[in-house]
Amino acid sequence: MKIAVLVKQVPGGDSQLRINDNQNWVNEENVTFITNESDNYAIEEALQIIEKLGYGEVVAVSLGPERVKRTLREALSKGVNRGIHIGESYPYSSDPLEIAKIITKVIKEEKFDLILSGLQSDDSGFGQVGVLIGEILGMTTATLVMETELTDENLRVKRELESGWFQWVTLTLPASITVQSGINNLRYPSLKGIMGAKKKEIKSILIDKKQRPNQSILRISQPQKSKKTKMIDGSVDQQVLRLVDILKKELKLL
Amino acid sequence: MSILVIIEQSRKDVHRMSYEALVAGQALGQDYDLPVSALVLGHKTSGIVESIKGIKLNEILVAEDPLLNSYSSDGFSETVEQVIKNESPKFIVAGHTYMVRDFLPRVSAKLNLPFLADNIAYDVDNNDSLILTKQIFAGKLSAEIIPNSDGPFILSFQSAAFHKDDIIKGNGSIIREIPLSLDYTTIRTISEEPFQEVTGDVDLSSADIIVSVGRGIESKENMQIVKDFAKIMGAQLASSRPVVDSGWLEAYHQIGSSGQTVAPKLYFALGISGAIQHVVGMKESKNIILINKDSEAPLFELANYGVVGDVLEIIPKLTEALRE
Repeated sequence: MKIAVLVKQVPGGDSQLRINDNQNWVNEENVTFITNESDNYAIEEALQIIEKLGYGEVVAVSLGPERVKRTLREALSKGVNRGIHIGESYPYSSDPLEIAKIITKVIKEEKFDLILSGLQSDDSGFGQVGVLIGEILGMTTATLVMETELTDENLRVKRELESGWFQWVTLTLPASITVQSGINNLRYPSLKGIMGAKKKEIKSILIDKKQRPNQSILRISQPQKSKKTKMIDGSVDQQVLRLVDILKKELKLL
Repeated sequence: MSILVIIEQSRKDVHRMSYEALVAGQALGQDYDLPVSALVLGHKTSGIVESIKGIKLNEILVAEDPLLNSYSSDGFSETVEQVIKNESPKFIVAGHTYMVRDFLPRVSAKLNLPFLADNIAYDVDNNDSLILTKQIFAGKLSAEIIPNSDGPFILSFQSAAFHKDDIIKGNGSIIREIPLSLDYTTIRTISEEPFQEVTGDVDLSSADIIVSVGRGIESKENMQIVKDFAKIMGAQLASSRPVVDSGWLEAYHQIGSSGQTVAPKLYFALGISGAIQHVVGMKESKNIILINKDSEAPLFELANYGVVGDVLEIIPKLTEALRE
């Protein structure tokens, strides 16, 4: 069993997001980069599948500039066997189909039985790359997976539908699935894992983007303000008094 | 050239977001002077066709096959690919539902057409080129996206980007069956019956006041602060997804696209940032109060009252004040 996990490095949720001078992405200078949240669950699920099975390999794959090697190293310290870094320089592609083709070209020869990825990235959030790669490689696909069960030659997955509904779907292998956050309990790297990760291989492949992307970001901006929010300022005690007042007199709920 | 709107079924009915997609399609039809048609796919779809007959559409295309009786990514992507090849539409429009996210990227890869997904609006510039607006960074910023070709384009729109009430009514649309060539080898997956998890005894939909907690509560231990506050408010307790994912509250408390949709008199949001997946479940609330440390939390935009501050500091004091 050979599993690829697609991981993306994204600005952390607490990062100050300032729009860059070209107005087409955020200024990365003040940004703390982390592993995309749902990708962490994809890594964990891959490790658990292999541990349950007793044999196999997990390979983390990441597209991005040099800094994404840190995200790969973190995956290796959790138990992923090796990493593939697909080097990309600024400006980064914002075309999911182009990204999927680039990654497919690099990983095709690996002949993975299973590709796992998070359901979407927390930055641009197109939520397509895992499915696109599955289609290009002729795999079965499923999205928003909440649970996996590997049988002899099939993968049974619990998919999240809307409004609290779920469905089990059995897929033939090879398959590419995207996982929902919260699907498992994440492990954290042990000291031994961190030391061991230093000896693990990260293969770097540089790509040459020649084709014109199908889509690009024209500009990014702060969302337009449409509604007036009454902000409650002052000390904590003043805020509390004001809130009581609002609940009683303005909303008449108490 | 035409605009083709994909109609999705949701438990034997037309999916709410498919009506919104029809509104988007009709708007594009006016801007680009193109006829708008609907695509109904599935098996035994006469009820669905009936439901959209009163809408102004050029044609209702019906792609039926017993193999489409239950949804499969394989079956639906293959079907839509065949229909696009047959009909050569300029735009393929859909609601950005979980099902669309599951199969429409595959159509994009099959036909090498861009899938411009999850938009909240579109605009047409002076050269008749399309500009799409999409939320990025969980709604903290917006991006304007442009396709670099003349189409066809596959588009999806987020929930509430268009309103069902704006649908243009009409009649006399031509119903046309589309021949499909599907065989059982197309579908490599087996789908079981959809089911709901145990829902608990929490009825959030009828609550007047909801106290809803997000990641800002920081730990399971701190949940007691919120529970005490909800009790004194006479409110039902709800949460955003990360709280459920962390195991701090049961899944049936969850509000949003994967949880419940509510519209209480007061939605008291504590430490919730307002990712779109949450907002779609509570935006109809009559009043929203938000307390959040992060002054840039997108939910402040929607809130009637906002407090930039620490939930852990304010709520115990507010509970105390209400007790008196």
